[in-house]
Amino acid sequence: MSAVAADIQSAPAAPAQGYWRAVASRLLRDKVTVVCALVILGLILMAVFAPWIAPDDPLKSSIFKRLQPIGTQGYPLGSDELGRDMLSRLIFGARLSLVMGIVPVLCALGIGSLLGITAGFMGGRTNTAIMRTIDVFYAFPSVLLAVAISGALGAGVLNAILSLTIVFIPPIARVAESVTTQVRSLDYVEAARASGAGSFAIIRVHILGNVMGPVFVYATSLLSVCMILAAGLSFLGLGTKPPLPEWGLMLNTLRTAIFQNPWVAALPGLMIFLVSFCFNLMSDGVRAAMDVTR
Amino acid sequence: MTEPLVSIGDLAVRFAHAGQTIHAVNGISFALAAGEVLGVLGESGSGKSVTLRAMLRILPSHRSSVTGAIRIAGRDVLALRGAELEDYRGGTVSMIFQEPMLAFDPVFTIGQQIAESVRRHLRLDNRAARARALEMLERVQIPSAKRRLDAYPHEMSGGMRQRAMIALALACKPKLLLADEPTTALDATVQIQILLLLRELQRESGMSVIFVTHDVGVAIEVADRLAVMYAGRIVETGSVREVIRSARHPYTQGLLSSTVRGELRGQRIEAIPGSPPDLAAMPPGCAFAPRCKHARDECLRAVPGAVDVGGGHKARCVLLKSAA
Amino acid sequence: MTLLTVNALRKHFPLKKDLLGRGGGTVQAVDDISFDLTEGETLGVVGESGCGKSTTARLLVRLIEPDEGQIRLEGREVGTAMPLAEARSKMQMVFQDSFASLNPRLTIEDSIAFGPVVHGLPRAQARGRARALLARVGLEPSRFAGRYPHELSGGQRQRVNIARALALQPKIVILDEAVSALDKSIEAQVLNLLLDLKAEFKLTYIFISHDLNVVRYMSDRVMVMYLGKIAETGPSESVFAGTRHPYTRALFAAMPSMDPERRTKQPPLMGDPPNPINPPPGCRFKGRCAHAEDVCGRGDIALTAAGAQHRVACLMTQPGSGHSSAPGKAA
Repeated sequence: MSAVAADIQSAPAAPAQGYWRAVASRLLRDKVTVVCALVILGLILMAVFAPWIAPDDPLKSSIFKRLQPIGTQGYPLGSDELGRDMLSRLIFGARLSLVMGIVPVLCALGIGSLLGITAGFMGGRTNTAIMRTIDVFYAFPSVLLAVAISGALGAGVLNAILSLTIVFIPPIARVAESVTTQVRSLDYVEAARASGAGSFAIIRVHILGNVMGPVFVYATSLLSVCMILAAGLSFLGLGTKPPLPEWGLMLNTLRTAIFQNPWVAALPGLMIFLVSFCFNLMSDGVRAAMDVTR
Repeated sequence: MTEPLVSIGDLAVRFAHAGQTIHAVNGISFALAAGEVLGVLGESGSGKSVTLRAMLRILPSHRSSVTGAIRIAGRDVLALRGAELEDYRGGTVSMIFQEPMLAFDPVFTIGQQIAESVRRHLRLDNRAARARALEMLERVQIPSAKRRLDAYPHEMSGGMRQRAMIALALACKPKLLLADEPTTALDATVQIQILLLLRELQRESGMSVIFVTHDVGVAIEVADRLAVMYAGRIVETGSVREVIRSARHPYTQGLLSSTVRGELRGQRIEAIPGSPPDLAAMPPGCAFAPRCKHARDECLRAVPGAVDVGGGHKARCVLLKSAA
Repeated sequence: MTLLTVNALRKHFPLKKDLLGRGGGTVQAVDDISFDLTEGETLGVVGESGCGKSTTARLLVRLIEPDEGQIRLEGREVGTAMPLAEARSKMQMVFQDSFASLNPRLTIEDSIAFGPVVHGLPRAQARGRARALLARVGLEPSRFAGRYPHELSGGQRQRVNIARALALQPKIVILDEAVSALDKSIEAQVLNLLLDLKAEFKLTYIFISHDLNVVRYMSDRVMVMYLGKIAETGPSESVFAGTRHPYTRALFAAMPSMDPERRTKQPPLMGDPPNPINPPPGCRFKGRCAHAEDVCGRGDIALTAAGAQHRVACLMTQPGSGHSSAPGKAA
């Protein structure tokens, strides 16, 4: 801590404010994060209430109304290559895209943290065994790994979620392990051991709270990557099966239309971009808010 | 009469932090002649480190505001810009810090870093700069100096790194050396070596030194004059002899009586009760009044002015006014 | 009554060799340390970096496993006759870094209550004990119990650490540089507090510090360590007034003078305290000692008596040791 910081912080205790409340209040002051969070929230609500919001049936096709431009009567955002209403497909597509973006990261968070914390806390041979196995998976570029596993399992939403989960376990486990190793050597963990606490008590009370914070922040930065990978898998035909609306799949099928109606073809990509962007900014904001504890 | 080397007038530093204003330094004034060593004694939160950083202009500009007058070697420090400011830092005024590892770049050798500074300020060529670096390492009594020129900071022990930092700071012959608690993190036997080294180098070169510390013993060993700081103000100043032998301000007295001496074994130490004030919410009067056993009503009304008790020994206390 | 007996404690840390076989060797952090601790006293342990005092502290509370040696608490050997959990509830430690010692995400009340809860005390009772201790160390529970470590100053945090150490109602408290990082005026407050607590709870202290003044003030007996071994030990006044070991003398001379008229003229020792890696045989201080002779480099230097309970590991105090200054030659 710099001397200047010491001079600032040596003042006696300010009015008490819990750690999480302090994080929350800092987050709320960060306009960028708040806006992004609202956008994501809006998209989630849109996905949940899709049947009520969408003007049309996303699966209803019309051969005559293919690739209508934006603003056509009855097709506010145009229509895709099979004449389906883009707006409705985008709204319904949010369901699958968001699920395929968020669920794998959540699962990987749970499994990866478990593996990483165990490896970090136990150290020694257990650590080597777990981490080197994880390194093998980590060595593959994520896209390749996702494609390989998906290809082996076959197309489909569930398989895609499974393969993406496997892809994200290694990076999360690595972060969890490194943070656990750092925290484990801190004085307060030693003090807890000196108090006679057993391993479980120490992990539960001291390690978990201090490790999950940074791991969680790291995981939120993976959300956007996951979305894009999921979109990519669908693009390659390994995720969602047509005619289900999903942004990545829509990008794929609209590929050939890029010369005829570029704006409509780009719309799903725009949605992916918007969500990734918001998740990234939110992750930055959460990291900054959790960092300023001193 | 020639202008003193350092002349600080009503210096105030404020920080913006989490929506509050921290009043780190609240109107300090002092002067330092060439060749003098001023010890600044204070605890954390007294503003002593901030003062040094303000003098070197290394406070974060977007969060801090510095007002007042800082004149060093005839220049208005707060008005310096660009190349002038770079010349000033390291050339006219130099600083050594508490943690030497932080002053050195870990990917360059000691010799390279000292030579870089010498080339910048003294405009020597590579060979001459390296020779000067070697000369400096020898002057700070680093054994096997030639070999150490090519050593990396992490390869040296704590005491040697501190010597290397002093070599770096003095390589360009600054007129003023700012020392921010350089020996606090060192072992006792190493600390006394560094203090004596600094005294010797100061005598040889005739430079002025402002030495910040929280340790009374250290201040006694290096300083000619002493300034005691509390809550961003100088509460007492005078020659080291005067201030230690006959401290006039209750805070200085409390500091001296609460310094643990082995001979006090068996007796209770007279500690100053309470803790320093919140710099974001400074009381209107004397900042020490809440903890002072002699406090009176007038102490809380206004900040006491400096009272001269003779021989350049001044203190800010209303008790002195009535006596004087 | 002797509360703690430490016998021939040894801890070496091996250094890894690199691929070419360079490096290696051992850091002999603690080498053959033996001492007793009497109930109710304060034993001061003083030394500089690398002397092994912190390693010794951690060996006592078994945060590190010793390579050799026995530790007997109340006559029973820790680890065998006395289970570790029981030993840990009787011996507690306060660390130097007040901030790193507290879990930043627990309230200080929860931090203090953690130990008792782990040992089986019901949560409500543990909380009650925590609040009582907070009050005892001078932190009003209604104001401080729900706060987090980053909301306290250094001195306040150290009080919390002391309260936490007392939560298990130990007999021995090891203070590992507990006041070293505090401002001098706060240090004085905390030392006063420690003395009050010692009297009230009938504690026994092991007070580790590099600050001789503080050690002298707090301790009844003193142990001076150098490079993993004990250089000198004995009653406080005997060691401080009648220093016998050249290192202890150098340590005293290195303290800054408190008299502006009599400033230090010469540093008593040059160079940095060395690292205890592969130390040469014989006295470990030989390389820096002004009185070193060849005989100092041969064999282990044992602690021998040099007064009532005052023991020194120096050939100059041992009659017939072969050192030119050793007694026994003159009258």
